[in-house]
Amino acid sequence: MLIFERSKPGRTNSAHMPVVSTPPSDVPETLLRRTPLVLPEVSELQVVRHYTRLSQRNFAIDTHFYPLGSCTMKYNPRIANRLAMLPGFLDRHPLAPETTGQGMLASLFELQEILREVTGMAGVSLTPMAGAQGEFAGVAMIRAYHKGRHDEGRDQILIPKAAHGTNPATAAMCGYEVREIDVDDQGDIDLAALDAALGPRTAGLMLTNPSTLGVFDRHILEIARRVHAAGGLLYYDGANLNAILGKVKPGDMGFDVIHLNLHKTFSTPHGGGGPGAGPVGVAERLLPFLPVPYVGETRGQYHWITEKTRPQSIGRLSTFMGNTGVLLRAYVYARVVGREGMPRIADYATLNANYLLVRLARLGYEPAYPKRRATHEFLLTLKTLKERTGVTATDVAKRLLDKGFHAPTVYFPLMVPECLLIEPTETESREELDAFVTAMEEIWREAHESPEVLKAAPERLPVRRVDEVRAARGLDLAWRPEARA
Amino acid sequence: MSKVPGDLRYTKSHEWVRDTGQGWTVGITEHAQDLMGDMVFVELPKVGAVVTAGKECAVVESVKAASDVYAPVGGEVTAVNQALADKPETLNTDPYGEGWLFTIRPADAGALSDLLDAAAYEALIAAEG
Repeated sequence: MLIFERSKPGRTNSAHMPVVSTPPSDVPETLLRRTPLVLPEVSELQVVRHYTRLSQRNFAIDTHFYPLGSCTMKYNPRIANRLAMLPGFLDRHPLAPETTGQGMLASLFELQEILREVTGMAGVSLTPMAGAQGEFAGVAMIRAYHKGRHDEGRDQILIPKAAHGTNPATAAMCGYEVREIDVDDQGDIDLAALDAALGPRTAGLMLTNPSTLGVFDRHILEIARRVHAAGGLLYYDGANLNAILGKVKPGDMGFDVIHLNLHKTFSTPHGGGGPGAGPVGVAERLLPFLPVPYVGETRGQYHWITEKTRPQSIGRLSTFMGNTGVLLRAYVYARVVGREGMPRIADYATLNANYLLVRLARLGYEPAYPKRRATHEFLLTLKTLKERTGVTATDVAKRLLDKGFHAPTVYFPLMVPECLLIEPTETESREELDAFVTAMEEIWREAHESPEVLKAAPERLPVRRVDEVRAARGLDLAWRPEARA
Repeated sequence: MSKVPGDLRYTKSHEWVRDTGQGWTVGITEHAQDLMGDMVFVELPKVGAVVTAGKECAVVESVKAASDVYAPVGGEVTAVNQALADKPETLNTDPYGEGWLFTIRPADAGALSDLLDAAAYEALIAAEG
């Protein structure tokens, strides 16, 4: 129920209304509002109850295990939030002089350095304001690089079939033709298909490694060699960095440009439309093209590096320096974890995933790549279960909600039928993982004994099975009170 | 197992082609719609558009994903199935009939024999699993 639907004329909680002592005098008469603002007329208690009830409906990492594959829904330590909200950070204006904000610049500089070191790149810019913008910046740098060498014929970006949809979207936004590369039956890139696609038109290859199939591409060094030999650059999508953090560096794998999703690996708040942060890192030869501004350090003084000294930069991606509040959270997280903590993140992320994979496989769930070790996540296919019982990946996902677990990612990557992509992350305890296995065991039994229960799930949530077709076609996003009056 | 009518030709990317005598009709296979799930939007080429074999020329979007439809042959689009705009679910209920996407005048009338026959397409979807 919307709060407007609780409205009764004349009811108010005026104690909380802002007091305007002097009406604004600089607004032209013609622009002043003549009709009262349409607000819900409710009491203070009604407001409190309404929003408390809504918050209780949240299905979130703070309340539930959230194994949403490819999204790295790990716990965000509260300390990052607390320290990023220090008044010295919060109250700083982006146009204030560098000399009065050395602490904040130092924090951002150190974050650049931490990300640079853990990814093995030569330089990092924090300015992209989301993963998607980071991707855009990365491919724009590939474009600028080829253009800078007057190597104009390269108009194709190669992308493996299992990639996130953002990769082809980014390449297309940057004016490239997308060429899809097949993946072999073990989840690695098909090297013959790669060879067939590589040539004088290749600007680069975009790769997520480990891939969205939950496996690490074992041919990465060979892939890098071949792409470079063809004159192309190698782009690393940092979506799955959590699996290899502190263990393997994209720079060591031969990648020339990377973007990182701080909300995944570095524990900043997820999504909801932002604010986000998608820093980019580059190898030596792409340094001149990094988006500005980023922080430099000269004899202990921190300062912004801008287009004045980086004329070949692809430029600015936002009005100021990026989403500093998000970057500071990542900085605190990285400092709390420390250099020695980073490989432990990868250790436990992969251990938890492999533990779940083995336990679920023993119950009868079918791994999509049974011969492969999982990375930080793994893919199950319910193809056989569907053939035998009619139960689909959606049904299992919905039933998990009833049992108090957020659903894994379903039907992605699309090339694997009826798939569940499960990513437990390093922050879950053994007990929580075991409880998830128990739920999956119950669901396996229900699928065979009473599939109708799964078809009707969820039965214990405020919203039952959603009509996905209506949700996509019959969008009703703008509710206007007067329309219902 | 999905239906694969014997009188149609198929592509590896799960389109079908029917030679009607006046031209060729193109749609997506029952197997394809089964993989995609409930359809919510269809984006069709313009009548008169010239399409290239193997290039994307339409988009079908389901509750799971949006997917390109590739032109099985090159040629000129002569008609599109406008009814799908309001009833995209027809792609699910009748993929080989009312759920057709567009008709095409092929640039090369011999191109049909380059496509898969029903047996070859059945083998393909069996191998894909």
